[in-house]
Amino acid sequence: MAVKKITSPLSPDVSRGLRTGDAVLLSGRVVTARDQVHKYLAAGGDSPVDLKGLVVYHCGPVAIQENGIWVVRAAGPTTSMREEPYEAKVIRDHRPGAIMGKGGMGDATRDALRTEGCAYLHLTGGAASYIARTIVSVEEVYLTGFGQPEAMWVLQVEDLPALVTMDSRGDSLHRKIENSSWKVLKQILKNPFP
Amino acid sequence: MVTLIEKTDSDLPDDVCDALARACEREPEGTVARETLRIILESAALSRNSVLPICQDTGSILAIVRAEPTKRVFDIERALREGLRHLTKKGMLRQNCVDPLTGENTGDNLGEHVPQIHFIPTPAPATVSLMLKGGGSENMSAQYSLPDSGLDAGRDLDGVRRCILDALFRAQGKGCAPGIVGVCIGGDRASGYLLAKEMLFRRLDEPNPVHDLELLEERVVEEANGLGIGPMGLGGRSTLLGARIGLAGRHPACFFVTVAYSCWATRRMTAELDEEGRIARWL
Repeated sequence: MAVKKITSPLSPDVSRGLRTGDAVLLSGRVVTARDQVHKYLAAGGDSPVDLKGLVVYHCGPVAIQENGIWVVRAAGPTTSMREEPYEAKVIRDHRPGAIMGKGGMGDATRDALRTEGCAYLHLTGGAASYIARTIVSVEEVYLTGFGQPEAMWVLQVEDLPALVTMDSRGDSLHRKIENSSWKVLKQILKNPFP
Repeated sequence: MVTLIEKTDSDLPDDVCDALARACEREPEGTVARETLRIILESAALSRNSVLPICQDTGSILAIVRAEPTKRVFDIERALREGLRHLTKKGMLRQNCVDPLTGENTGDNLGEHVPQIHFIPTPAPATVSLMLKGGGSENMSAQYSLPDSGLDAGRDLDGVRRCILDALFRAQGKGCAPGIVGVCIGGDRASGYLLAKEMLFRRLDEPNPVHDLELLEERVVEEANGLGIGPMGLGGRSTLLGARIGLAGRHPACFFVTVAYSCWATRRMTAELDEEGRIARWL
């Protein structure tokens, strides 16, 4: 697989040029946002960081402070679909360069990716140590009132491997797999057990 | 108890690792599925060798204590709670307990009915079985009441099969496939979920003592892997590492099928304790 190197913040051209199936190595600034931050932003709350062009990451890391410095010990993606009620509004209001998580997202997000020229990056769920190794530093942590996993972590990453699974043309690998697996399931069920 | 929790959190059981390695071999070179499984195996090895959490979602904690009904049971409970508090502070466990009313995180993995500790009076020696199960996979678990006309599922093993395949189809990659399903046929609404989860303690390489259930397990695994959902739902041949199916007596009016979906990072350990409450051996 050919791998594209990209750096966050992403320019509008880079975001728009990402295609479903592209393997990428992501470097640069990534901002975590889970359920609480999404709900807050969708309700019109101010973002402590200008998200324009940045990668918004669905993640609640395990982190500890060592001598006053935050160290991320585990930081895999969480299920993105929980942010579906909020994501389209967050994309339209804040214009991030990409959304990153696992499991893919629904039609509202797909429409917002298309109209705003954004993409969805997929990470391997559970590969928390592997991903944490690509986090070179914690720049800042905001909105800590939501609790440590739900806070907004601003991270610097280097060569984080991801796969584009939804893009600005409206393609979705998740939709494709769901449709094909549904067809197989209907066939399989024609033969009863035993 | 700190050792038991830490090991469960960082050391993926060997039977699960073996199943993942076999799944990786099955996927053709150069595919997303193979690369995903390679990353999974590398991450699990890194967590074991560096004693780091396998997943940043260190789960909700289920402990099943089998011991003689003496005062020692309170010591085991206290040690579990202290161990959780200590390891949360140390960055081995994420702060995973939230007050549902206020939305506040308790910060130490302790709260109302948390952790879940079940005590089963049993002759010595005492054992503690621990499971750390992530929220993403927990959200994919499901309970069915048969007959279910939507699934064309009757009160028989074919009906059970239809329920399991439905749960796997709905989960797609959202529960972190390739997963493992623990299934309880029968029981009531509450016992069904608990027993389905307990099935996940059974090793993947041990045969089911009930022959018909073993055949059903094999069939479901084969069919699930044929769905093409694949690792993380990105396509491929590995959707399910194993199915572990058990039974519970049912009320004549009820026929529940409960499917506990567990991610590839199925974290479970059982330790036997000595008289002083120290770990005597791993089971």
